[in-house]
Amino acid sequence: MILRGKARVVNPGDDVNTDYIIAGRYKFKSEDMKELARHLLEDLDPTFTQRIEPGDFIVAGSNFGCGSSREQAPRVMLAAGIGAVVAESFARIFYRNSFNLGLPLVEAETEFIQEGDDLELDLDQGLLRDLTRRRETPIKPLPPVMQKLLADGGLVEHLKRHGGFALD
Amino acid sequence: MAQTIAEKILTAHAGREVSAGEIVVAAVDFTMGQDGTSMMIIDELERLGAEKVFDRERFAMVLDHSAPSPAAGTSRIHQKMRRAAEKYGSVLYDIGEGVCHQLLPERGHVLPGDLIVGADSHTCTYGALNAAATGLGSTDLAAAAYTGKLWFKVPESMRFVCRGKLAKGVYSKDLVLHLVGDIGADGATYRSIEFVGETVAALSMDARFTVCNMVVEMGAKFGIMEADETTLAWLTGRSPRAARPTAADQGARYVETREYDFSGLGPQIARPHAVDNVAPVEEVAGTPVQQGVIGTCTNGRVEDFEAAAQVLGGRRIDRHTRLICVPSSKAVLIELIERGSHRALLDAGAVFVTPGCGPCVGTHAGIPGDYENVVSTANRNFTGRMGNPEGVNIYLASPATVAASVIEGCIADPRKYL
Repeated sequence: MILRGKARVVNPGDDVNTDYIIAGRYKFKSEDMKELARHLLEDLDPTFTQRIEPGDFIVAGSNFGCGSSREQAPRVMLAAGIGAVVAESFARIFYRNSFNLGLPLVEAETEFIQEGDDLELDLDQGLLRDLTRRRETPIKPLPPVMQKLLADGGLVEHLKRHGGFALD
Repeated sequence: MAQTIAEKILTAHAGREVSAGEIVVAAVDFTMGQDGTSMMIIDELERLGAEKVFDRERFAMVLDHSAPSPAAGTSRIHQKMRRAAEKYGSVLYDIGEGVCHQLLPERGHVLPGDLIVGADSHTCTYGALNAAATGLGSTDLAAAAYTGKLWFKVPESMRFVCRGKLAKGVYSKDLVLHLVGDIGADGATYRSIEFVGETVAALSMDARFTVCNMVVEMGAKFGIMEADETTLAWLTGRSPRAARPTAADQGARYVETREYDFSGLGPQIARPHAVDNVAPVEEVAGTPVQQGVIGTCTNGRVEDFEAAAQVLGGRRIDRHTRLICVPSSKAVLIELIERGSHRALLDAGAVFVTPGCGPCVGTHAGIPGDYENVVSTANRNFTGRMGNPEGVNIYLASPATVAASVIEGCIADPRKYL
């Protein structure tokens, strides 16, 4: 599978917590993810949603998605049309939530990627290509359990398809 | 093979011997959602076609984060939760009962040796009772509430050996803030932390919950203490189920063992806007504060308010400062009333809000004004966390440090008041 999208670089990019992705003052008052998506990353970068187009990739540093377990974080990204998140590393709850919902996360070196770069994620070859900078870097291989969840279309579809967990 | 506590508990729940790195499907003992996460649990249960949950006495929904409701949208979410609890016949703790992380232990839903999942990141709190407990998202929770099982990666374990007696005016909050500052926001990602040593053994249950509550601020999956006399005494009469105290084997494998001597530790504080931005209180003493908060799932227990009342010692808070108290449960509030510390705090100028999460997550009950500084006993201080990103600075500290700070109207060391 090859995914293509423009880089939307979050700055500062380390320890981006889920409060920043979608603030509590919004998410306790609405279940409408499209509405909540208007506030994606607002407290970190108030202009972020003005920069994004469907299919764009969020690009960040280490420990992306730390903090609260709120599943609205990956849900608002999907509602905003984010195609994937590329980061140096992810926090564990956000990591599970994203694959449960079918949002691809990719761990790779991201420091050289600039805002607006054209990126290509070659999930079969395990490569991230920055077409603007003509540079490629390896993607950390996805654990088999995450590959399976992604292939099945998320956790609920996985459970329905297999009549239970078929992961261990 | 010699096992860590996490490996042992997951082995017991998977029905086969497992070790760090493996993927297992394990039976869970309890499942929980709160009012910021339950609506999606309910939606996913419906997508799964669930007519019932795996055990109606082992799935609880708690209305705590935004309760009583401050907005019509929140009220609709609360209605949805109440209707779902009716449908499933499951446990519901409605507004004012308290914070999920106080209620689950208090009402006997957590025992040593348990495997517990909650749709709230601070579910790790129950490690203080020797349980393997972790926060997850709503879809995972729906799967667990429906099937009674979930998949887990067996975590590698770190061992924190805690030595030395905490000095007067220094509390378990200072201990855990020091640890978060030391290893950082991702210092324990995907790992289980085991706390051992005389410092931890000397802590009350209230104080232990504070430590385990904050392990997620280091990225950890579990933060587990051993079950001892303090644990078992606290649990007496709370649950009809049998406790399964679980200790690590001699020779169990740890990716890292860290030794700490806390005898020289002073009061600690997390500065804006990251939990791992920790310094001794002296470094920021004198910073003006407009609002103090004592409470939340980190420090809203009886001992916390008693420590604050002791520091206040009959003094009034500074007239330019507010003090908001949020007991972690109705039972805690009642005990504070009976002990007199509720009155003492009111007399000092404090205001009490409904037991629950209070102003911690920025939905109600004390949203700071523009460019205000807040000193709070909560566990997160990100920009906008308390509902207003406009120049608000949040400092995290112990209840005693918050009390000393509201006396002076600026961040202050509590030791001079003890």
